[in-house]
Amino acid sequence: MRLAFPLVASALLFSLGVFGVLARRNAVLVLMSVELMLNGVNINLVAFDAWWADALHAGQVLTLFVITIAAAEVGVGLAIVLLVFRNRGTSDLDDLGLLDERTESVGESAEPEAAR
Amino acid sequence: MIVVPLIVLIPFASAFIGLAVGWNRLAARRVAVVGAGIALGLAVYAAVAVWAGGPSVEIWGTVPTGWIPITVATRADGLGVTVGVMVTFVAFAVQVYSTAYMRPEPRYGSYAALVSLFTSAMLLVVFADDLVVLLVGWEVMGICSALLIGQHWERPEARAAAVKAFVVTRLGDVGMLAGILVLADLTGSFQISALQESAVASTTLTVGLVLLLCGVVGKSAQVPLHVWLPDAMAGPTPVSALIHAATMVAAGVFLVARLDSVFLLSPGALAVLAVVAATTMVLAALAALAQDDYKRVLAWSTSSQLAYMLGALAVGGYTAGLLHLLSHAAFKALLFLGAGVIAHAIGTTMLSGMGGLRRSMPLTYLMSTLGLAALMGLPPLGGFFSKESVLAAAEEAALHAGPLPPWAAWLVLLAGLFTVLVTAAYATRAWLLAFRGPTRSVSATAHDPPPPMRFALVMLAVPTVLLAALAFMPSVVVAMLNPGIGVPAEPAGPSISAGTAALSLALVGVGALSALAEWQRLGGRDPAVSLGPVGPLLADGFGVDRLYEAAIVRPVTALSRLVVAGDRDVVHAYVRGTGSAVRALGRVPQAAQAGRVQSYVTAGLAFVVVLALAGAGASWW
Amino acid sequence: MNGVELAFVLLGAVAVGSGVLVVTTTRVVHAALWLAVSLGAVAGLFLLLTAELMAWVQVLIYVGAVVVLVLFALMLTRAPIGPVPGAPVARVVLAGAIAAATAAVLVGGGLTAMGSEEIDLEAIDVGTGRAIGAALFTAWVLPFEVLSVLLLAALVGAIVLSRGRGREDRS
Repeated sequence: MRLAFPLVASALLFSLGVFGVLARRNAVLVLMSVELMLNGVNINLVAFDAWWADALHAGQVLTLFVITIAAAEVGVGLAIVLLVFRNRGTSDLDDLGLLDERTESVGESAEPEAAR
Repeated sequence: MIVVPLIVLIPFASAFIGLAVGWNRLAARRVAVVGAGIALGLAVYAAVAVWAGGPSVEIWGTVPTGWIPITVATRADGLGVTVGVMVTFVAFAVQVYSTAYMRPEPRYGSYAALVSLFTSAMLLVVFADDLVVLLVGWEVMGICSALLIGQHWERPEARAAAVKAFVVTRLGDVGMLAGILVLADLTGSFQISALQESAVASTTLTVGLVLLLCGVVGKSAQVPLHVWLPDAMAGPTPVSALIHAATMVAAGVFLVARLDSVFLLSPGALAVLAVVAATTMVLAALAALAQDDYKRVLAWSTSSQLAYMLGALAVGGYTAGLLHLLSHAAFKALLFLGAGVIAHAIGTTMLSGMGGLRRSMPLTYLMSTLGLAALMGLPPLGGFFSKESVLAAAEEAALHAGPLPPWAAWLVLLAGLFTVLVTAAYATRAWLLAFRGPTRSVSATAHDPPPPMRFALVMLAVPTVLLAALAFMPSVVVAMLNPGIGVPAEPAGPSISAGTAALSLALVGVGALSALAEWQRLGGRDPAVSLGPVGPLLADGFGVDRLYEAAIVRPVTALSRLVVAGDRDVVHAYVRGTGSAVRALGRVPQAAQAGRVQSYVTAGLAFVVVLALAGAGASWW
Repeated sequence: MNGVELAFVLLGAVAVGSGVLVVTTTRVVHAALWLAVSLGAVAGLFLLLTAELMAWVQVLIYVGAVVVLVLFALMLTRAPIGPVPGAPVARVVLAGAIAAATAAVLVGGGLTAMGSEEIDLEAIDVGTGRAIGAALFTAWVLPFEVLSVLLLAALVGAIVLSRGRGREDRS
């Protein structure tokens, strides 16, 4: 199999993940998009491991590590999202603007707000 | 003589000491009266010294200006010491009077200090030998006068009157400053002695003198800058007596008298002065006829009498004018203090509120009668002699050659005679309405004043009567009023022309009797009612105030509003606009700090991508 | 294109297609389910690359645990069932641009560098459990142990965070 196929697949999945991180409003959805990105990375790693065919299987082992860390990250991340939801009552990232530096009314934001 | 600066400095010191101890009323009173008393004593001493030893000029220092230096110089001569004695005399009387009259006044300390400061400034004008030093005294008098008019600044009419007095006199002073500069340029020195020695007749001299007359017109309340004096009656009565009867308004006359030898060189300036004097004489006397406020009657009367003095100086009657200055100071101050006594007793100065005061205030009645008789010019009081000498001087200049064109002298003479008639009328009217007739309920509680005020009244009544004696001592008068150094010719002594005197006495009779007859015909009511529709016009001062209001005040106020709007909407708009612009500019980068996680991540990823693309592009290149 | 490549293309299309749906769908719960599909397809891709252990670990952990976690989180944060409005258009466009640029860089760079390479599927040592386990517990044992500590830390952290301040302090 040509190496190009896994490469393109991984690149596309990664880019989709980037899009999701930037464009989704729900915090959980953002975490899901991060998972997509990590999966793209995993495909890349496994493909290169198959291409190198080394004895250490570095690519596949690293994939294992990535999966493990991703699981840990999702656990902690979702715990944080739950905590935020408990404190703020919302998991919509557009509502979480406490760090807003602008001194004018809180209703303003850089991008036009869509109607709720 | 060292005495001369001391005469100026003692009241000055008493002003500041009085201000320092002003919280303690007893101390303030003592400081004020003692200061005025010492000044009076020193003035008498200086007068005796000059009458005995002759005039002198002393230079105490020079102030370099880059052009003509200002010499801090004083002169002590007959004119100066005589007027100095007059000023300190009246000031002392007023300070004594004020200790009782101003008893309920909360700001007595500042009042007494301002009166002392004013006295000091007037004495500086009297004894200055340098025009700029004189101007300093002139201006300090102006500000003291404005502040004293506004003594009761809780009342809007007092505040308005103070501002009006200051602005109108300042307007005249602008012309005066220009005149001083022209005269100094002409002679190369600010000193009066230099001016008297080296002045020659020329158009420039006339121009300078006419400009100087602007200040005189403002300070002495002549047409067209007379409008401040009637309103200045909003100030306390002792202030009116001192400043607006005897001293400050007389400063204008004094200045013309001081520079009399120079004025005599300029028929043009004298003609201007004559026209101004004649107009004011008649206009002010007619306005006094219809006033309801006794103090306003006296104020208009002051304008009219000052015009007499200026008219006398215009026709070359130097001694006549100054004699009238002295006698007017005495009887007008007396009349004002009498008005103050009435106000103190019954709480109003409106003639419509007075009546029959002769029964309840006998001393005041006697004093005021004396004063009003002197005003009318009844013999044997001083007022008669001084007024007659003025008219005689005018007649002399009209019939024979004088220092000014004959038509101007005729103008002064005829205006003077007509004014005699009207003066008698308004003086009689005031006398009848205030003191004769039935007692009104308000007047029943009136009583003669406490001792300090009585003392002051009597003090001023003495010269009112005794100044008449001077008429019979012309050489003494000449010696008294000798302007001293730098005067080429001996001024003539006062004289009375029999024909004019008889005519004027007849006019006095006509005026007084017509007022009396009207009063009796109306059954004790105001004879001014008979003037009909002319009455309100006269009471309004011929609408000059309204004219100034429309022609000057409103445009200036509109212009100032325009300037304020320009400052606020144009200049400040730029300032505010800078602030708004900066804030708007700041909002742009602020958008990057919106606190949204995703915007931060977006920015970060965008930059990473850009870097990667740049790197790829660079390597491809 | 041989059979492996064809299968790869098909599974890849499933993975990418469901990934697209994950990031664009307006229903939040559907997104989670499409994520499960995408992750499953990725497991298939692993299989095609002879990484057997990876494929089953992927299914176990990702599809089994992570997706379930995500669904629980959606439930606990009261994610709406119906469609929700998306992000403002400007942001979507910007994100799309960045994602496209990322894809361009990665695909372009990758194809330029490695486009012509071939994976020799017969020659490789298949990623069986035995092979990976041998590599893992000999050469990679230290990172493995560290990873277990990391998992412990994450576990403890998640519990602490989700417990909040503790019920006793609240009252």
